[in-house]
Amino acid sequence: MSKNLSPKEVFDAKPWTGKLRSYDIIKEGTIAVVVVALLVVSLSFLFGSPDEKSLTFKGWAESNSDNFYATAVQELAGTSGTATYGRPYNEGSDGLNVGPLFLQKWAGVTHRIDAANNFVIEPLMNQVQTPEVKAALTQWSQASVDARTKWATTYDDAITKAEGKLSAIPAGEYGPVPALANGLTQMAKAGSLDAALLSQGGFFQTDSTKQILFFGDGAYLDDAGTAANLQGGTWGMMNETGRYPGQAWLWLYSFWYQIPPFTNEESHPIGANADVYIMVIMGAMSLGLILIPVIPGVRSLPMRIPIHRGIWRSYYQSEGIKRRRK
Amino acid sequence: MWTARARESWQKNLPIEKLIPDTQPAYVVSWIYVFGVLTIAALSVIIISGLALAFAGPAWYHTSDFGHWVNSLHFWSVQLFFAFMVIHLWGKFWMAAWRGGRIKTWISGAVVFVLSIATGFTGYLIQTNFDSQWIAYEAKDGFNSAGIGAFFNVTNLGQMLLLHVAFLPAVLGLLTLIHVLMVRKRGVVPPIDANSSNTEASR
Repeated sequence: MSKNLSPKEVFDAKPWTGKLRSYDIIKEGTIAVVVVALLVVSLSFLFGSPDEKSLTFKGWAESNSDNFYATAVQELAGTSGTATYGRPYNEGSDGLNVGPLFLQKWAGVTHRIDAANNFVIEPLMNQVQTPEVKAALTQWSQASVDARTKWATTYDDAITKAEGKLSAIPAGEYGPVPALANGLTQMAKAGSLDAALLSQGGFFQTDSTKQILFFGDGAYLDDAGTAANLQGGTWGMMNETGRYPGQAWLWLYSFWYQIPPFTNEESHPIGANADVYIMVIMGAMSLGLILIPVIPGVRSLPMRIPIHRGIWRSYYQSEGIKRRRK
Repeated sequence: MWTARARESWQKNLPIEKLIPDTQPAYVVSWIYVFGVLTIAALSVIIISGLALAFAGPAWYHTSDFGHWVNSLHFWSVQLFFAFMVIHLWGKFWMAAWRGGRIKTWISGAVVFVLSIATGFTGYLIQTNFDSQWIAYEAKDGFNSAGIGAFFNVTNLGQMLLLHVAFLPAVLGLLTLIHVLMVRKRGVVPPIDANSSNTEASR
């Protein structure tokens, strides 16, 4: 036994020589498995499980064509969420920070995404297009970066000014951008954009990063999340679609997103950087849980709050051990 | 030879009387003790149902009624697993179950809890339905903000699938086994303020 242990620790560590009772660990395990299996089978028959069909680009373009079109323009203009995201996708921004620490930047760009090319130009080039879209692709590819940016941002601004109503956009110097956005919208409506983004020019594909990010740039995914009560501000992190229990064990993680300053994106430095602050808090709390036995104050709570008197009630009664007084 | 020493160490620390005991201290009578074995029982149902799902592929349950039922088994066993484990964890906290040189047992159990959350999370990401689309999109920001997203990309279905069905269950299973063996080696922690004549320390 270690010399560093207190007499009490030595006592707790020694083999028990008090009263024993018979015990069959294999029987206990078998009964537990049978009981839990029966419980699981009953719950599965009674309630089933959730399986809300995945969203598609076809569904997005058909149900909210203008929003899809406007998002395609944002990708070309470099103003979408993905284009301005920063690491690990691009250098669009510095990302979030905790004081002077920009953890997001440390590993650099590991999954490079060029929103305009990956989300719009490449899918269009990989499919058979109308003469109008073909001409627009040629014009885009032969133009300078400055010219592309000017066309796309001017058109993006015009859409914003028209509050997303495409019919209200005045004529302007938009170059090939309207034709490209329209071509992509038609592709999405036909269902071929889903396949184009999935294959990404190859045969096998298991990385869905680009599809997910493009999806999130528009309103379609966000609206669906709101409708399903899955937004982070309404405990969405631990919710599930339908009337099913979700990841209830994430309640503490979700909790921080319900209280200020984390709820206020405008407040600096914490609210504006809520994601990283909450990650750090939860990382520290997880470490704290693991290290409870060595944290003064916390480790002695079970001795101070006599819940153990209930757990070992029969033992204390049989031995006549009274509650410890301070 | 290290193999002989390993055998001797095993025999010394985990003889059959400790590994598969036929008696245990009389104070182990509370219902709270049941939740440890219930957690392991739920984990075994998770593994069996998960193996069935893995065998048929991640999208099987969308198109097969039987597959959807197996998915339901997996879903509910996970819910019960966490419920049992949280109760077990609270129970062990209020028993101060790390006493008597059992700190490593607590640490291994707490690590299993945290790792289970990661494993469950990757499971939600590979549902290949709307829920997984939503969770992947929302969760990426937290991981990216801390620099973790560069290595643990929640929007990469292939990476999450392999982590969920291979790497994480292997580590989780191994840690659970170590945790249980530690409990068997040290025995169940005695009651707080137990009678000092009840252990060999008094002799």
